[in-house]
Amino acid sequence: MKVLVAVKRVVDANVKVRVKSDGTGVETQNVKMSMNPFCEIAVEEAVRLKEAGKATEIVAVSLGGASCAETIRTALAMGADRGIHVQTDVELQPLAVAKLLKAVVDKEQPGLCILGKQAIDDDSNQTGQMLSALLGWPQATYASKLVINGDNTANVTREVDGGLETIQVKTPFVMTTDLRLNEPRYASLPNIMKAKKKPIEALTPEALGVDPAPRLKTLKVVEPSKRSAGVKVKSAAELVDKLRNEAKVI
Amino acid sequence: MSVLIIAEHDNATLKPATLHVVTAAQKIGGGIHILVAGQGVDGAAAAAAKVAGVAKVLKADHAAYANQLAENVAKLIVALAPNYSHVLAAATVNGKNIMPRAAALLDVQQISEISAVESPDTFVRPTYAGNALATVQSSDKIKLITVRATAFDIAPAEGGSAAIESAAAAGDAGLSKFIGQEVQKTERPELTSARVVVSGGRGMQSGDNFKLLEAVADKLNAAVGASRAAVDAGFVPNDYQVGQTGKIVAPELYIAVGISGAIQHLAGMKDSKVIVAINKDEDAPIFQVADYGLVADLFQAVPELTQALEKK
Ligand SMILES: Cc1cc2nc3c(=O)[nH]c(=O)nc-3n(C[C@H](O)[C@H](O)[C@H](O)COP(=O)(O)OP(=O)(O)OC[C@H]3O[C@@H](n4cnc5c(N)ncnc54)[C@H](O)[C@@H]3O)c2cc1C
Ligand SMILES: Nc1ncnc2c1ncn2[C@@H]1O[C@H](COP(=O)(O)O)[C@@H](O)[C@H]1O
Repeated sequence: MKVLVAVKRVVDANVKVRVKSDGTGVETQNVKMSMNPFCEIAVEEAVRLKEAGKATEIVAVSLGGASCAETIRTALAMGADRGIHVQTDVELQPLAVAKLLKAVVDKEQPGLCILGKQAIDDDSNQTGQMLSALLGWPQATYASKLVINGDNTANVTREVDGGLETIQVKTPFVMTTDLRLNEPRYASLPNIMKAKKKPIEALTPEALGVDPAPRLKTLKVVEPSKRSAGVKVKSAAELVDKLRNEAKVI
Repeated sequence: MSVLIIAEHDNATLKPATLHVVTAAQKIGGGIHILVAGQGVDGAAAAAAKVAGVAKVLKADHAAYANQLAENVAKLIVALAPNYSHVLAAATVNGKNIMPRAAALLDVQQISEISAVESPDTFVRPTYAGNALATVQSSDKIKLITVRATAFDIAPAEGGSAAIESAAAAGDAGLSKFIGQEVQKTERPELTSARVVVSGGRGMQSGDNFKLLEAVADKLNAAVGASRAAVDAGFVPNDYQVGQTGKIVAPELYIAVGISGAIQHLAGMKDSKVIVAINKDEDAPIFQVADYGLVADLFQAVPELTQALEKK
């Protein structure tokens, strides 16, 4: 089974983002960029499937500007076999990403697509669901456990609001990763070197026949109002007194 | 213009999240209909009909919807959506699972987790773990939207008398099936609707020590939550997680114990009315958002807090 993994390049999770003063977005110049953490989990799961003999080939796909190639290299260093870079400088929204990924899936015919549940920049949490809709495939979102069965089905345990839920899906299907699916590995130096030789195919939305134009227009981006630090109390008793008589919340 | 709300329910009852979505729908304007899709949903449908401001309840009672499988519910939404200008759902795991599927099938770019309505086509949504608020305008004919419940007041559960109609079921897509669940049974209020939340982090050291927080929660009729670190360490189940990638809460009172205050955690609780932090590190970032901070060892401070709450 071929596995396709979608990896997004985002502002690193440890960066404190700054909203641009002209209100058009957040500052991304000279800011550390990384693979979206949920995509790291997706790559790791694919690599584990290959190590377990369940996957035959792993294709890492990233969509966006030239620097996305670096994110694909990271996936290759973690164990993906080859990359596909859909190059565009157009702002990509989830529906466009899903359409582009569908076009790649039509070409590649994988048995499983793994995406992150959410990109930590736009916090959209849509792309995997949209991709499976466009493909007419089952979706297994918020996965914390994956078991591939022998009979063209898989069981996926999902992190849901009340706890955990297990569903069975037919292959091919789309899965999105939650935090506890696995712990992604660090790429070793030899593997980073090896990754440099792995192929990355470059494609464009035009070549894939997809119009990626955004549907949502961002009118402005602002910082949320800041909370200011309050007071320090000396004891639990003083805390309870303040909560009762000052804040009046208990 | 009319708005269809996808109900969050457990067949018997309507979840409070839906009542918050009703308020968001009122800000958009137009008639409000609620779709209750499930199996044996009479209870939830009756509750939906009583919500103030709701004009009609659509009931889709079918085995295909029993476990809210996205493939099946999305199909139903796609069949109903052309009658509406907006389709809304709460940004719960369930809403976030189903709505984008329906949106893609309708060729609509969904607007995720709105926190304000500016006009029928313009909405505010938090991005970057709530560190940037984006105002976005949609050009799609039908708007599919998930709603951050904590950003909208709860609509009155009583006062309405909407008609209940049956919606034709759209059938089973046959792509997935429900196998089972492990649901946490608790007598406590739900995390996302509790008036008080007491959360523990890595500083709790073990799941057993969460008993200390439960004692506080008992006194305050509070829900118990956790940081990701506490969940990852296996102290508590996954559905306790508060944060960017867990649950968003905004109670009257949030008590963070042994939690450092990473941006991803703050994203899930910084809109709480009053925040209390108990941490032994006076430089912990959580104190920058706390109204009341107590620098102390939690193993001493939390039992003292329980005691102090006992005294009237
Ligand atoms: C993609 C991504 C998504 C994430 N999503 C979330 C999310 O949704 N929610 C979330 O919470 N995190 C999330 N995180 C993780 C987040 O970055 C932090 O790692 C996490 O919140 C830390 O949890 P913590 O505060 O419990 O642990 P720590 O940061 O280790 O803090 C423990 C605190 O306990 C204090 N402490 C220790 N012992 C005691 C004691 N005896 N008495 C008093 N205080 C004590 C310490 O001083 C310290 O401040 C996410 C991270 C990533 C990368
Ligand atoms: N530009 C992109 N390139 C590659 N994958 C993407 C891109 N955008 C979104 N994805 C995938 O979709 C997931 C969810 O993103 P989102 O729906 O934007 O929250 C990510 O974790 C990725 O797996």
